[in-house]
Amino acid sequence: MRYRVTIENSSEIYPCSEQQTLLQGMEQLGKRGIPVGCRGGGCGVCRVQVTSGTFSKAKMSRSVISEADVSKRVVLACRCTPTSDLSISVVGKMERALSSEHLIQTEDDVSVAAVG
Amino acid sequence: MAFKGVLRPGLIQIRVLNMGEAINHYQNILGLNIVTTEADGRVYLKGWDEFDHHSVVLRQAESAGLDYVAFKVDSDDYLREIEPRIVAWGLEVDHVPAGEQPGVGPRIGFTLPTGHRIELYHQIDMAEDHPGINNPDIYQRRPEGMGASRFDHLLCYGPNIGKAREFFCEVLDFYQPEKVDLPEGDGSLAIWLTASNKAHDIAFVEHEEPGKLHHVAFLLQDWNEVGAAADIISINDVSLDIGPTRHGITRGQTIYFFDPSGNRNEVYAGGYTAYPDHPVRSWDFDHVGKGIFYYERTLNDRFLTVLT
Repeated sequence: MRYRVTIENSSEIYPCSEQQTLLQGMEQLGKRGIPVGCRGGGCGVCRVQVTSGTFSKAKMSRSVISEADVSKRVVLACRCTPTSDLSISVVGKMERALSSEHLIQTEDDVSVAAVG
Repeated sequence: MAFKGVLRPGLIQIRVLNMGEAINHYQNILGLNIVTTEADGRVYLKGWDEFDHHSVVLRQAESAGLDYVAFKVDSDDYLREIEPRIVAWGLEVDHVPAGEQPGVGPRIGFTLPTGHRIELYHQIDMAEDHPGINNPDIYQRRPEGMGASRFDHLLCYGPNIGKAREFFCEVLDFYQPEKVDLPEGDGSLAIWLTASNKAHDIAFVEHEEPGKLHHVAFLLQDWNEVGAAADIISINDVSLDIGPTRHGITRGQTIYFFDPSGNRNEVYAGGYTAYPDHPVRSWDFDHVGKGIFYYERTLNDRFLTVLT
């Protein structure tokens, strides 16, 4: 079964099967929008809020997703599979990456990320 | 013996979210061998070319990341003598009794100003399944997976790395083969430290959040093995970070990937031989891309922000 995932920040829409995580579905099609980190629920970079629809989720590192996050449907895209059509909003710390063409940043951005 | 005091990073305890997935990764993908699983659930592994009882400890937890790294020292006397020097430098030292890990003697531990817990120990049993000693063959049996031969080094992210350098160099007699300078001032963005001939036993990058793990690295023999590791990563759909590529810094040939809990691993070959009398190799901030990824010559955002 394939579902339709809408990334609200970028209006990107892509199909994602219930055998794939939201992040796998996006990456496999070469789409952009959700920042890609470790893909294992550990780093918290692919943090999204599910604004509509249903999903199932696997274990996520507690240091990046709190119980309060989960109650607000804030999850990691690498650990969630859709069980209906979904709308998501990217809320991670790399949100700014959405506004640039690609994830390689200028040197100024690198210094901010590394030092500040 | 010219090589005294701290010998190497010998033990590392890593937190994983799911032990079954982690065992598959560290055993079948990396090619470490399981030594034992203990009643508290921790799993102990080692590389095929390591003599000591184990080197990697996996602990299932709610958050991924690093519990601690422990350095092996050359004697019980050193362990006794170093403790007051650590305290005098300003760190609080605690004691971990013998047997807290199977086959391991007493350990002392302390937390760096970067937020990382470091331990020191001397006694550890020899592994039953150790490399050959008398008329040794090159290996006892062909390693599985990538065939990682040993736990090699780690990169930590946290604040106050200048203080970490001072501690390692002044108290534990490490030296600094290489560094990346900050764009302004005297500080470093990143430092590589060693107690041995390896270009790094431990490295640090300056970062706001304390106690973060960037990667745990395992040694391969050569560039061909790095290529074979890349094949294994694709065959098994392991989460890839970057590579195969080469570092300008250390000159190692490398590939970065993630374990199933998001902890970054590196397998690594080559690199120069370090000596304490060599000059500190320095990279200006505007050359850091080439320093980290010599072929790409640019840093990706993931290298700086994806941590556990």
